[in-house]
Amino acid sequence: MLNSIFIILLFQLMGEFIQKFFDFSIPGPVIGLIFLLSVLLIIKKINKKHEAFDTNLVISAENLLSYLPLLFIPVGVGVVMHLSLLEENLVSVLLVIVFGTLLTLALTGYVMEKLLKDNNLND
Amino acid sequence: MIDQQKLYYIWIYLQAEPLFWLTLTISSYLIADFIYRKSNLFPLLNPVALSVLLVSLILISFNIQYERYFDGAKFIHFLLGPATVALAIPIYRKWDLIVSNSKAILISLTLGSFFAIFITYVLSLQFKLQEELIFSLLPRSVTAPIAMGISEIIGGIPSLTAIITLITGVVGASLGVFVFDLMKLKKMEARGFSLGLASHGIGTARAMSRDKNAGVFAAVGMGLSGLITSIIVPLFLKIIF
Repeated sequence: MLNSIFIILLFQLMGEFIQKFFDFSIPGPVIGLIFLLSVLLIIKKINKKHEAFDTNLVISAENLLSYLPLLFIPVGVGVVMHLSLLEENLVSVLLVIVFGTLLTLALTGYVMEKLLKDNNLND
Repeated sequence: MIDQQKLYYIWIYLQAEPLFWLTLTISSYLIADFIYRKSNLFPLLNPVALSVLLVSLILISFNIQYERYFDGAKFIHFLLGPATVALAIPIYRKWDLIVSNSKAILISLTLGSFFAIFITYVLSLQFKLQEELIFSLLPRSVTAPIAMGISEIIGGIPSLTAIITLITGVVGASLGVFVFDLMKLKKMEARGFSLGLASHGIGTARAMSRDKNAGVFAAVGMGLSGLITSIIVPLFLKIIF
């Protein structure tokens, strides 16, 4: 457990460092994600017989991800408390967001559904 | 008789400590999640939206400053970073599925990300919003830290972008399924990818709670749209202005 927490924090730390060092517009944790994924894929390539990680890492990661919605609450509360920043534009902004998001979801979902191969899904 | 004075002092002590706000946040989430499950995962009862409303109601009715609350709840907020890194694991486990559909992913990604910006711009013009507000709206479909960074570069207001981005996430997570059902989309991977692309982490959280493949494709969609959007938005503005 502690090992996997360490691995995840270490990769986040590397990501944050690189983000600041090169002044990237991509957030540190996303860079950390890309790094961790690359390392796992490289290990798998070198050592084909074994999985690249111990099961602890999988368990810790999946535990953390199962609470993903919880992690958005502190910022979400900030949104409600600061809604007044939008002032008289609140309704128009909400309409732009709702219609914009639904149309984007529809288009992306449709294109993806048409392009995905049928044979290798749901495994 | 209850000693009111004493209770008041206990409250003064507790509200200055993280313990109370952490417990409040987690209990609101457990209540919201319970309602969501009892409702058979009814999308409009999205646990993020529900628990945010619950906590906000309490803060407003007891007249508590957001900063005071966040000072305690920031420990939960901190976990967003590690959780983002942890997304590498489900992506790694479904890597073959992603590689074999890379063409579909790249095409949907480009079309979807561009369309998200374009439709936001067109709708903003329809509603005659000021330029500063339009700039704050444009990057709204990607994860908040990226969206805020883009907003700053193009001349929007980052804190407004944060608000707009969060609302986008909740809208996508709670209404997305109605769009997908209406369009009769059958592939969970398509639904997930679309949710991650259009409504970032909150959409991804929703996808993960429904289906593993949907969750993985959502995470891929969220990550890639974050990358491509930070390139497209400045280009888009160069073409428009």
